[in-house]
Amino acid sequence: MTDLKHIRNFAIIAHIDHGKSTLADRLIQFCGGLSEREMKEQVLDSMDIERERGITIKAQTVRLSYPAKDGDSYELNLMDTPGHVDFAYEVSRSLAACEGSLLVVDASQGVEAQTLANVYQAIEAGHEIVPVLNKIDLPAAEPQRVKEQIEDVIGLDASDAIEISAKTGHNIEAVLEALVTRLPPPKGDEAAPLKALLVDSWYDAYLGVVILVRVRDGVLRPGQKIRLMATGASHQVERVGVFTPKQQMQSGLQPGEIGFITAGIKTVADCKVGDTITEERRPAAEPLPGFKPLQPVVFCGLFPTDAAQYEHLRDSLAKLRLNDASFDYEPETSAALGFGFRCGFLGLLHLEIVQERLEREFDLDLISTAPSVVYRVHLTNGQVMNLHNPVDMPDPVRIDHIEEPWIKATILVPDAHLGDILKLCEERRGVQQDLTYVGNRAMVIYRLPLNEVVFDFYDRLKSVSRGYASFDYQLDGYSEGDLVLLNILVNGEPVDALAIIVHRHAAEKRGRALCERLKDLIPRQLFQVAIQAAIGGKIIARETVKALRKDVLAKCYGGDVTRKRKLLEKQKEGKKRMRQFGQVEIPQSAFLAALKMGDE
Amino acid sequence: MTSLALYIHWPFCKSKCPYCDFNSHVRASIDEPRWRAALLRELASGAEATRGRELGSIFIGGGTPSLMAPTTVAALLERAAAHWSFASDIEITLEANPNSAEAARFREIAAAGVNRLSLGVQALDDRALRFLGRGHDRAEALAAIELAHAHFARFSFDLIYARPNQTVAAWRSELGEALRRAGDHLSVYQLTIEPGTAFATAYARGDFELLDDDTQGALYEATQQVLGTAGLPAYEISNHARAGQESRHNLAYWRYRDYLGIGPGAHGRLTIDGGKYAIANHRVPETWLGAVERDARGSVARAALTAAERRNEMTMMGLRLAAGLSRHDFRTETGDEIETAFARDRLDALVGGGFLELDSAGLRATAAGRQRLNAVLERLLA
Repeated sequence: MTDLKHIRNFAIIAHIDHGKSTLADRLIQFCGGLSEREMKEQVLDSMDIERERGITIKAQTVRLSYPAKDGDSYELNLMDTPGHVDFAYEVSRSLAACEGSLLVVDASQGVEAQTLANVYQAIEAGHEIVPVLNKIDLPAAEPQRVKEQIEDVIGLDASDAIEISAKTGHNIEAVLEALVTRLPPPKGDEAAPLKALLVDSWYDAYLGVVILVRVRDGVLRPGQKIRLMATGASHQVERVGVFTPKQQMQSGLQPGEIGFITAGIKTVADCKVGDTITEERRPAAEPLPGFKPLQPVVFCGLFPTDAAQYEHLRDSLAKLRLNDASFDYEPETSAALGFGFRCGFLGLLHLEIVQERLEREFDLDLISTAPSVVYRVHLTNGQVMNLHNPVDMPDPVRIDHIEEPWIKATILVPDAHLGDILKLCEERRGVQQDLTYVGNRAMVIYRLPLNEVVFDFYDRLKSVSRGYASFDYQLDGYSEGDLVLLNILVNGEPVDALAIIVHRHAAEKRGRALCERLKDLIPRQLFQVAIQAAIGGKIIARETVKALRKDVLAKCYGGDVTRKRKLLEKQKEGKKRMRQFGQVEIPQSAFLAALKMGDE
Repeated sequence: MTSLALYIHWPFCKSKCPYCDFNSHVRASIDEPRWRAALLRELASGAEATRGRELGSIFIGGGTPSLMAPTTVAALLERAAAHWSFASDIEITLEANPNSAEAARFREIAAAGVNRLSLGVQALDDRALRFLGRGHDRAEALAAIELAHAHFARFSFDLIYARPNQTVAAWRSELGEALRRAGDHLSVYQLTIEPGTAFATAYARGDFELLDDDTQGALYEATQQVLGTAGLPAYEISNHARAGQESRHNLAYWRYRDYLGIGPGAHGRLTIDGGKYAIANHRVPETWLGAVERDARGSVARAALTAAERRNEMTMMGLRLAAGLSRHDFRTETGDEIETAFARDRLDALVGGGFLELDSAGLRATAAGRQRLNAVLERLLA
């Protein structure tokens, strides 16, 4: 076993596209973790969706063996962390498993909002931080300016920042050397009772549930009887190993080491990120600090476009949850959409990822309703209900007041687009907290209601800043809001799937926009379609889709009949995507309109 | 068994009209004796399969069959008469272009046995004719109509409306002139952009714009009104005739009767031993020619239609007719009753909405229903 002095545990903090995964690939390659033949792009992002979107969803770890210039060989454990706010808690646990971080900044782009949030977390976790300027080979690279930015914005000394190109492999060894010389070795007591941090877990088709751990004290060995301190569950360790990134079994993991175990655990839901693993026979007196159960903050309904896929959706959700315990789901029935599930997510990206994985990995066609946040509805009888589905809104006479969740948003934007960003935030009921300049970019801090953010805020932010604004947020408590239930009626019948909770002042605008959009989306049909937006019994907007005036093929003779019949049969397939609503049929795209109103 | 309809396809044109998605082809030269031999050969095979049936109609379409030598037309009709018995009132139609060269053959074509002419006039306005890529002008069209009058007891001509920038007033006056020149039958089609045509490319490129839905609707309504008042009501969505002057051949399609298709790209529907078969020929003329010369038939597909397909095809076709689907024919074809063949709630909604009528005679689309037949069929069948 390696002594503590020769272990370094580190994470990589970077904004999307700043080159984190490429750098990880280079480090692995340099240390010979994989042969040329085995290397493929972004080794650590194993899900297709991670590779394609350039994001990391699950934490991964790699043990590298690095022969340093001092002549000794060092065990470097790289913890690849999710980079998105939705997974902030996972990030904090990953960071807690390391002593230091590489802060990777694109030398042609500079610091982004997301980088900030993560680097502050790393500083809070007591990390030694090594700034790395990537893409130094690009003509647009401005290392000096970016170094100043790191110093100004983050307050880190960037004079020793390492200038690299992960793409070409330039200066990779300097990064490895800095890890050895600048990061502290881990601390820990081999003789003390076992204490290991549960960093992440996932379901592997061959191994079952795999748990990623960082050992603090004691030694984790196969055959050991362990206990998860938060859940109280006991299991027997089957395998202990590390990733190089190939799986490599070990006789044990000692203090300071990062690796994985399997212990006959059935579902990842039993493995709470942040939990402490101890030995059943000789338990630790105190768990490691910081465990908190995850709470979904964004909810939406997911429905199969084809009702026959309901069972398949149910099974797929169950399978997906084997690997991602951070989303919740329960059956939901909608008059407009049929049978489906109400699902809770850590954030909007998480929602998108789960939906995309369901569609892609399980071949499902889904309709999702407008995302909702969790409202606290204070009833006149003193009770408080957590409302995450607009259709569950109680009668207004029973409501005393409603509270909604707020966030603190950090936005970095070039000066030229600042005005538009401020306007956007103000429109969304934002309250400015701070505005400072970093070079030619402004950093604004806003408090915003989360329900204004789940509604296309990110798309608007990108569009008004032409893609230059970066954005990050953290939850920031609940405040009372003047919120109302906005119903959409089609031919007089409320479409439950389109109901939303909005601020009273935004209701009319949203209602009108929704009606107008639906008018364009609902094709003219045999019968006239009335679309209305209503708060309670009061109609606040109305649109009409006129009945079809003419819809017929001019010619149909002997040859055409086959073609026409096949066309009709194809339409029959398309009809599965339509929902009968009284006398009219609404295409699923109309329901999706509630989500996609950003471009008007 | 009801009488059989025979369709013969001549696939060649002098030039391809930009709106046309029919199976028509332009060739530098055509070895007509060879094509005639092949058509005759396939005719013999078709006769084999329909032995003992009576022919109620023959339709020679295209392409431009008026480009065939009248002797070829005569040979086809003579051979048909040898294979089948003709109904006493058999209708024999040939499609013709109204340019002077072809019109010069009308007398010989009539002498060959054709008793009904269908003229592709398309418009009575020179600018519109140029837009439609036609090889004739207004004057030629009017002269051809005169000649058709002189040589054929029955003739019809086609018009295309809903052309770019066309107004309802202009269309009414064009229809008025058409009525003054017409015989007892007119076919009036709406311009549609079909995939694979020159218009599809031009339209996608933005060369012209189509009229909006409401104007198209108004033009359709004006057509019904003008021709209806003049005594040529629509007996089918795009076809107008005085009583008794309907195209017997096309009625066979719409009534879902049996028809035999001969020639490249021709389709057939034949009832054989209680089963209904859909037969489709090779579309490419030379491929069809090779197949016929090798196997005596040019079919590329022959499929037994399922009960649901028969029901759907019969309904799609039958509801195009003002007379609708006959209860008796529907029962004979599908073995089912109209009331049970369709989802009752859908049927009721369409009747309630004024788009369909259901009574002892059968099921028919109202004028409002015919005008929106695609939507009605989608609701009823899809």
